[in-house]
Amino acid sequence: MGTRTIIPFGPQHPVLPEPIHIDLVVEDEKVVEAVPSIGFIHRGLEKLVEKKDYIEYVYVAERICGICSFIHGQTYCQGIEEIMKIEIPTRAKYLRTIWGELSRIHSHLLWAGLMADAFGFESLFMHTWRVREQVLDLIEATTGGRVIFGSCKVGGARRDIPPEQMAWLLKELEVIEKEMRLIVDIFMNDNSVKHRLCGVGVISREDAILLGAVGPTLRGSGVADDMRLLKYAAFGELDFEPISKTDGDSYSRCAVRCSELFQSVDLIRQAAAKMPAGEIAVKVTGNPDGEFFSRVEQPRGEVVYYIKGNGTKNLTRFRARTPTFANVPPLVKMLAGCELADVPVLVLTIDPCISCTER
Amino acid sequence: MIEEQTIIAVMPETLVAETRKMRDQGYRLVQICVTRLGEELQLDYTFDLNRKFVNFRFLQPKIGARVPSVSGIYWCAFTYENEISDLFGVQVDGNALDFKGTFYKTAMKHPFIQDAAPASVPAPAKPGDK
Amino acid sequence: MAFFQMKKMILAWTFRKPITTKYPFEPRKICPGSRGRLDIKISDCIFCTLCAKRCPTQALDVDRENKKWHIDRLRCISCGYCVEVCPKKCLNLTGDHGIPTVTKDMETF
Repeated sequence: MGTRTIIPFGPQHPVLPEPIHIDLVVEDEKVVEAVPSIGFIHRGLEKLVEKKDYIEYVYVAERICGICSFIHGQTYCQGIEEIMKIEIPTRAKYLRTIWGELSRIHSHLLWAGLMADAFGFESLFMHTWRVREQVLDLIEATTGGRVIFGSCKVGGARRDIPPEQMAWLLKELEVIEKEMRLIVDIFMNDNSVKHRLCGVGVISREDAILLGAVGPTLRGSGVADDMRLLKYAAFGELDFEPISKTDGDSYSRCAVRCSELFQSVDLIRQAAAKMPAGEIAVKVTGNPDGEFFSRVEQPRGEVVYYIKGNGTKNLTRFRARTPTFANVPPLVKMLAGCELADVPVLVLTIDPCISCTER
Repeated sequence: MIEEQTIIAVMPETLVAETRKMRDQGYRLVQICVTRLGEELQLDYTFDLNRKFVNFRFLQPKIGARVPSVSGIYWCAFTYENEISDLFGVQVDGNALDFKGTFYKTAMKHPFIQDAAPASVPAPAKPGDK
Repeated sequence: MAFFQMKKMILAWTFRKPITTKYPFEPRKICPGSRGRLDIKISDCIFCTLCAKRCPTQALDVDRENKKWHIDRLRCISCGYCVEVCPKKCLNLTGDHGIPTVTKDMETF
């Protein structure tokens, strides 16, 4: 047994875009234990619900995270609609599906780029983000914002995608898909990438469930659990199978995300073909009274909102359990026993979004 | 209706035993959540198995709430339990990884059980203000 | 197992024009429909204060008596809620994102 040393990792670290701190207990080059600490940027957004009314709060919910902003807004709106028993128009459901999937593509590409950066593949990082930029352009043209979509409201959508714009979007998406195939081919087949990912940070199926992993971290361990199967928005009418890989290592988590890119493209195509014409929003009157646990699949996994209204315009309680918060325990488990050089790869493999976590 | 949500009332004393039953059936711990209802706290323990939603619920007083830890059963509960003890002042007995109030670095102690402060957003600056 | 799978892409991009632009010298192409700076057609405004009441960030201030409409540009998040509620439709979001400023001033119309 060698001497034990504690190495602090983060909150400022070249591979980390956001502040998370991990104390790594190392023995020679091996990590034996990891103690995470978060809370550097806790903003108390859950408490803000007492000051903002439930319609204004959509904007706050969207700003919980900059990457999955639209899906945060969608989760919140779905929860309120469920409490107030609002049936939103079918077209709005399809619009939400399309924007949700667009944001999944951009989030996965962002992750892929950061991952490439973490294992030192700088040119792959640049090319991945070049493709992501094209997705952001699609988002800007359809919603008006590149990062904060602002197109979801209680009762439907705030903006429509006219048919000619939809045709343009699908055409652009084809180009993007071609580019993505080239990039995914590198992630899946290049031997220097495989060398860094295969067999690193293995989580077994049982562990993944016990540790409460969500999203690609869970599906990478062979559990085909995807909240989209709850058939919220338009997912009930679209045809898709959750993607899962059985190896449970970093490579299979990467493979899950890469396959989801194409799954999302396919879902957008299906949704565009089936989208009916009509209204995009209904008028909302009254105040929410009741409670609901709203669950939606984000790029990083399942997000759970607990919304409790008391019949006034301010909610009693709004609670967000974001996917990264649930993925911290699996990360700690992965880190124990890994090589020191693999730590950045493992931290990125759960797709950490610390701002989400510190809502 | 998106999904059926089962809410089961449990007692704090039977919480650990009930949670163990959930684990044996293969459920996943989704979250632990605290809601302040006036002078009481409502605790929710949420589980999920193949998208079947089960929620345990019980009440505790606002001051001096005390619950047993479930981190012996689901190790991942330590994050949630540190969160509820830092933000709501719920005392959790036997947490597997206790941060002792340093999980969140908050300016005030137990911010989420305090009454809402008067609006802290300053009024918009009037023209001519410097 | 393929060695250096990226060679094709790198070779192809060696002979292409860079995709980045020389930003401050070459202005960014503005996408139609982008939500940017809030604009008001003050002649149509009836000073109903609806926009100021609904603004989630309290960026707007409407002075009914003096018929003045103020906006704090740094506080505005370009969400477009005011545009939606405006009964006279005199507000709109332009694609232009405004210029940087060094002072926190209210703009008056």
